[in-house]
Amino acid sequence: MAQIIVVTSGKGGVGKTTSSAAIGTGLALRGHKTVIVDFDVGLRNLDLIMGCERRVVYDFINVIHNEATLSQALIKDKRLDNLYVLAASQTRDKEALNKEGVARVIEELKKDFEYIICDSPAGIETGAHLAMYFADIAIVVTNPEVSSVRDSDRILGLLASKSQRAEKGEEPIKEHLLLTRYNPERVARGEMLSVDDVEEILSIGLLGVIPESQAVLKASNQGVPVILDDQSDAGQAYSDAVDRLLGKEVKHRFLEVQKKGLLQRLFGGRE
Amino acid sequence: MSIFDFLLARKKTNTASIAKERLQIIVAHERGSRGQPDYLPALQEELIAVIRKYVPIDQDQVQVALENQGTCSILELNITLPDR
Ligand SMILES: Nc1ncnc2c1ncn2[C@@H]1O[C@H](COP(=O)(O)OP(=O)(O)OP(=O)(O)O)[C@@H](O)[C@H]1O
Ligand SMILES: [Mg+2]
Repeated sequence: MAQIIVVTSGKGGVGKTTSSAAIGTGLALRGHKTVIVDFDVGLRNLDLIMGCERRVVYDFINVIHNEATLSQALIKDKRLDNLYVLAASQTRDKEALNKEGVARVIEELKKDFEYIICDSPAGIETGAHLAMYFADIAIVVTNPEVSSVRDSDRILGLLASKSQRAEKGEEPIKEHLLLTRYNPERVARGEMLSVDDVEEILSIGLLGVIPESQAVLKASNQGVPVILDDQSDAGQAYSDAVDRLLGKEVKHRFLEVQKKGLLQRLFGGRE
Repeated sequence: MSIFDFLLARKKTNTASIAKERLQIIVAHERGSRGQPDYLPALQEELIAVIRKYVPIDQDQVQVALENQGTCSILELNITLPDR
């Protein structure tokens, strides 16, 4: 049975696309046939992060409007056989997305994929609404910062009331918190909300904490999802998050100030 | 957090704890009004305007809430008039 995962946040620029690319790639790396769908109509970016921008011929909107078949629009990843991208349209306005069309494409994807990752646009308009509407699982990407946390709470409210599961009275969407751009030094100095603070305010389960990392920009420069940089802190943190998503219990890393050598080993990590 | 970080943190104002406190308040407030119909703020606005024709009141002296009880909904108005 295919699982539909929405990566959402309310606030813009918090790391949804970075996370969609990393988590989708991580699932494929673990043998699950996965497609990542860009719902950010008019502001397509997933293609760049995945490094397939020059191979986009048809997009999601073309499929919705029957101008291309799904198999024509799906872009196969260069690195992994079981990973695909469905790009957003760059030219059309947001109204080009409609519930019936999205439902049809999702139904078709469900036949062929184990995981369907929906990269939501920022905001709470049509694109964001449709990205979450059919979800089984929501990954709420949050930065340790007041406006992002507040917007995440708003999104949790929408997940609980405006999704298909909510409207049909089915079991609610499973919600996970993904805290990104975390800076343990600033947390230690009392300048940044801690993981515990954000968990306490939003009161949903913690899927992972991705540290603020130079590896993210380096990866996006090259069009390589950061999870493939397995030497990097962010790559490893995403890898742990994917394992947790698949039900493994993995200790959280990168929560403490990085100390060198022995001290790091003594003080790092959290149960 | 090590003892060094702790001492370092104590010297400056802990802005993170201010952020946390503000968030807890606003999030609790917004959760309370979740699921309320979109017209409530406008209704509140207009009610205030009407009441102000007769009595000077502040924005926060009129509270409007919709409560669902089984099959019926109750619109609750709470208006605090100033001391005479
Ligand atoms: N862990 C991180 N460390 C450092 N930079 C990061 C991290 N995560 C994301 N970024 C940077 O933040 C910016 C926004 O990331 P991204 O595009 O993934 O956000 P988004 O939520 O998809 O944005 P939008 O709302 O516009 O779709 C990018 O420049 C990205 O490189
Ligand atoms: Mg994005």
